[in-house]
This record gives sequence, structure tokens and C-alpha cells, in this order.
Amino acid sequence: MRLLGAQIITEVLLDHGVDTVFGYPGGAALNVYDQLYKYRDKIKHIMTAHEQGASHAADGYYRATGKTGVVFATSGPGATNLVTGLATANMDSIPMIAITSNVPDAFIGRDAFQEICITGITMPVTKHNFFINNIAELEDTLRLAFKIANSGRKGPVLIDITKDVTADSHEFENKKPLDLKEDPKADDKTVSEIANIINGAKRPVIYFGGGVTASDACEEMAEFIEKADIPATYTLMAAGVIGYDNPKNLGLIGMHGTISSNHAIDKADLILAMGTRFSDRVALNPQNFGKKANIVQIDIDRSEIDKNVSVDKSCICDIKDFLNKILPMVNRTEHKNWMRQIGEWKDREKIKEPDDGKLHPKMIMETICDKTDKDTIYVTDVGQHQMWAAQYIKHKNTKKFLTSGGLGTMGYGYGAAIGAQIGKMDSRVIHITGDGSFHMNLNEAATAVTENIPIITVILNNSVLGMVYQWQTLFYESRYSSTVPRRKTDYVKLAEGFGLRGYRAENKEELHEAFEKALLEDGPVWIECIIPKEERVLPMIPGGGNVEDMIVG
Amino acid sequence: MRDMQIKKEVVSVFVQNQANVLTRVVSLFGRRGYNIDSLTVSATNNPEISRITIVFNVTDSSLKQILTQTEKLEVVEDTFVLESENSVYRELLLVKVEAKDDNRGKIKEIVEIYRGKIIDLSQESMIIELTGVTEKIDGLLKLLEKYKILDVCRTGVTGLSRGN
Repeated sequence: MRLLGAQIITEVLLDHGVDTVFGYPGGAALNVYDQLYKYRDKIKHIMTAHEQGASHAADGYYRATGKTGVVFATSGPGATNLVTGLATANMDSIPMIAITSNVPDAFIGRDAFQEICITGITMPVTKHNFFINNIAELEDTLRLAFKIANSGRKGPVLIDITKDVTADSHEFENKKPLDLKEDPKADDKTVSEIANIINGAKRPVIYFGGGVTASDACEEMAEFIEKADIPATYTLMAAGVIGYDNPKNLGLIGMHGTISSNHAIDKADLILAMGTRFSDRVALNPQNFGKKANIVQIDIDRSEIDKNVSVDKSCICDIKDFLNKILPMVNRTEHKNWMRQIGEWKDREKIKEPDDGKLHPKMIMETICDKTDKDTIYVTDVGQHQMWAAQYIKHKNTKKFLTSGGLGTMGYGYGAAIGAQIGKMDSRVIHITGDGSFHMNLNEAATAVTENIPIITVILNNSVLGMVYQWQTLFYESRYSSTVPRRKTDYVKLAEGFGLRGYRAENKEELHEAFEKALLEDGPVWIECIIPKEERVLPMIPGGGNVEDMIVG
Repeated sequence: MRDMQIKKEVVSVFVQNQANVLTRVVSLFGRRGYNIDSLTVSATNNPEISRITIVFNVTDSSLKQILTQTEKLEVVEDTFVLESENSVYRELLLVKVEAKDDNRGKIKEIVEIYRGKIIDLSQESMIIELTGVTEKIDGLLKLLEKYKILDVCRTGVTGLSRGN
């Protein structure tokens, strides 16, 4: 069957089960968009306000559904606007297919209108990218892109296609989706050696990350923790893998991690690092991280072994495979003394916010949790609110906490929330943001209104760029360089201007009332919560510091 | 603790023979903070595969890190270290030296001792070709410093492991 290049694109998408895409049209993408129009009953295209929003939407769509997100953009600025979204996905190992159109091949290299070498620009922020100026390569390349994005450690793949290729025609071979590359298998001998180490440990702790989410190993993880009686701490990327009320859940690790998790790592005799990469926000001082412990690392990506922290033993494999193999080998045991010690640390974690009639971060997060169910998806932006959400949301479920972990992309939230809601129309989506992050990409309100999707955006407004402000307070003698913008944004009016409902809350009662009303709306809602600018994210270990440097209150 | 001993390493990277491959490999080295001393790219007996030979200074633990990162590139088929004990390295030098009637003979003598070749000769200068390990080429250049070197071009190291 002979098809146009643009139609080969849509056909390959259908082959891979793609029924939703995000993007923004443009001159070079006209042929592609003409096909998307013709395929509109099979592929739903969500047009965002800005390509960056579309890229975050494709990312959020995957994180919520597990289905690869697809984003389209035109050449030049359309393509460059994807860069932050691709980098965000790349840092968090999120599969994504970005399809950009470029100027016709005859104009390539001549600085044509809206010409950009997007493959050159995105080389460091994608898992791989392709430039297609020959239609004969189109079908195979698109299929290969899906394979690369989803194999092993996942990541975004960009395909840049010249406009003439999209208009050209070629035989469509209608091959099947390619099989994914086989994951490395857990070596039996290594697993049994690790099991022996675990069975001999007195003070073991598990530290896991996004790899557990990526390999869908939550049940196995919970069973492992239970059977071997090992307390577990996790990174931002793995919130929700184990329930907030699991007694062995130590909470977040690292810079803003809990007292118990950071002390447990420091005193442990065994650390099992699973699907995680000892980032500088976790192993703040890599030389001292878990210095009394035997460190065992399990990861699918060989290059993560010994990258930031040297480990004593490693196993290169998928986490689920590892857990399934090791579960029968570990003894059902109890670490009574160790758990008692952990309990003492946990007792020091009770946080009490002032009862002064004002709104405070923990109170806001608890209110949100009380009014939403276990299927709710919480999406954050980046900054203080993100840390409070990670700390205080009662995480019950995996794939329900969407956040830019590695890149820390302010402005990630609204786009990602749209992607999540489009992918999970039956789930409630709460977008938690700060006034700083929200100002970056609040234009996506227009998209939420067009699609009439009931995302509730909760804006924690402290009128400053809180996280940087906090650092300036602590380490720069309160010189608030460019963190106090003195904006006069009226969120209620602005919401109205976008065609959605906005509320403002200054105390608990107003928040309750606004949230109840928001839950009844069919479309998007904003709730502005006024909080004091002095609120801090605590505990905190300053960058490069040790557990002894922890600031608790 | 990380091994901080810095050593010169020669690594071979087998890559798919397609556009932009060199950029992908070299930019990875650059953005991960590895400074390349020399680089050669060449065809192999398989037309679909090219070989990139990279020489750089690195600690043991960082060597493992950059190789595993390089192996993750979709275009990379394999990487390996050419250990000095069981590999041969070669580099090609072309050097143009001012050579007039009064010193041409002396320079020729040096070239012969080094088993180099004079491949171009004019009234004022000559071009010398020399193949060898880096140290040999450095040695010849050192001796030629006494004369006026007009231009130097070196290919950088390429190498193969011995035996099987």
C-alpha cells in the first residue's frame, strides 16, 4: 500500500496503540496536521497553548497511564520549545516520542525560515534522535523510535522529518511493532549472594527510586519489605510505591528527607539501593553516604553502578525480576532492635503547625488528601510546594504522584496534569503548584478550558520564590535577590479571564469551602491558598552536607 | 573510595557507520567532562561499522563510567580498552622542516636513524613522514626543534589488540 509520509506517521502511531497525542501545528507541520485531521476519529490531538505544555502533557500522560506519550511540533521555535520537556523526560527516564517537522530537504542548511537543527540541539537531552530526509527510512525509524524509548531504561526519542518527506509517498509495509530489547536478567549466583548478605544483616535499609515504578514492581517491593522486615526510604521519583501508612515506610530520603530515613542510611549495616542513582539530592556527600554499610545496588542501567557512590555489590537487571528471584531466598525475620531504633527517630518527626488561623503547607496537603480518593493523581510543579506535597500527601498508590524529579522543571505541572487527566478521565487530577512555578506556564489554563477537564489547581501563594528565598534566608543573610517579585496577579480574576472558576482561601474554612465547590465543577478550577512567606521546607540537609548537618526546626 | 590515579588510556569504540555518530560520541565525552587528547575515526572490515580510537586521561573508576555511558548510545556497538601491555599503537607524523643546502644532510641523517621517510623536497624545505608510537614521534620532533619546523600534522593514535 502506497501512503503519504504523513500518513505513514499516523499509521505507525495506530500500530503502537496511540490514540492520543499532544502538540501544536505550524508551517512545516501542515502535511502532518492534515493527516491528523483525517485521522481525528482514531487519534485525538490535544492542542496546547505552547509546545512546552504539550511536551509536559505527553510526559504526564505516560506517568499516569503507562502508555508512551507522543508530542508533535513544527520546525524552528516549535521544536526548540520542546527542549525543556524532553530534558525533563530524559532525566526522569520517561518514554516519549517527539515528532518535529523541519523545512523541506532542499532548504536544509540554508537558514531557511523556521529552520533549526533540532537533532543537534536535543542530542544531550534525548535517549536518541533521528533526522529523516528520505521517506524510505520513515516507517522503520518510527518503529525503532518506539522500541528505543521503551526498552531498558526508558527515555524520550525525537524524530525530525523534513516537510518534503511528509508530502512524498512510499510503500507502507505495515510491519508489526518491534520487540523491545531484552532486559538484562538478574544473575542467579549474584542474587543468592545478595540474599545471604540480607539474611546476615542486622540494620538493613532499602533505598529505592523511580526504577521500581518503571518496572511495575510495587507489590513485589511491599512483599519483600514485609518478609525481610526491612525499613524503606525512597526518592521523589518513587513516592507512592509503598503506602504512607506502611510502618516500614521511612518516607523521603535526602535533602528534604525525614529524620528516620537519613539516620537509618547513616547507621545501617546494609543499604539495598534499587532503581535509583544516588543523586546529589540524596547522597549529599557521596563519600559519607551510608559509610557504615555494605551497599548493594540493583539497577537496569550498568552506567549507574558506582557513578556517584561506590558500591560493594551490584546486580544489573530489572527490579521486578530481581525481587521475584530474591523473595524466596530471604528469610522471614524481624529486626526488633533496629526497628525500635527507627521508631525513636520516627517519634522525632511529629510536625506541628501553628494554630493561628492561617493556612500552612501540611494543613493544605492534608485537606487535599482528605477530600480526594486513592485513585487521585497529584501533579506538582517545582519548589517548596513540591517538597511539601512529597512529604505530606498520603501516598497510597504508584503512578499517582507526578513530579519533575531530576531536572526540577518549574512550569512542569499544568501541562503534566493535562496529560494525566486526558489519559485518566475517570481519575481526579490535582495540580499542586506555587505562585512562582505557576506563572511560568499558566497559559495552559486555556488548554484545560478548551478540553473542559476538571483539573483542580491548588496554588500555594507565598508571594516569593519560596525555595530560593529559603536558601537566601539560611545561607545568604536574607539578601533576597530577585525572589520577591511583588506581583499583583489576581488569580480569581485571571481565572475568570481564561474562562474558568477561581477561588481564594486564607484559612482552613475557606479552603474547605472552595475545595468542595471545586469538586463539583465540570471544568478546571484554581484555588489560591495564601501562606506565609516564612514557611520552610524541613528537615533540610544543605547541599554537600551530612546527617549531622540536618536542620530540623 | 574512588581511585584518583590518572592514567592515559586508549579506547576503541565501534560505531554504526552513519551520519552524526562522531558528534554523539564526542559530545558525550565533552558533556561528561572528559578531555580527549587524540581521536581517530576509520573504516573497518565491516562497511557498516566504523572504529573510533580515543586517547584521554582518566582515573580507573571514571574510565568504567565513561565506557558504560558510551555503550548506552544507540549507535555504539561495542567499546574496549586497548591495554598497553597487549596492544599495538601507531601514529603518523608529517612534519615540514626548513632544509637548505647547509643542513639538509644533517636532517636526513636524523630521519634515517628514526626510519622516517622524506616524501617531499624543495629548495627551502622538506616534508618528513614517520610512523610509530607517540613517544617515537615526540622524540623526532624534539630533535628537529633545533631546526626550523614550519608545519606539523599528526594523526593521533590508532591501535589494535595483539593476537586474538
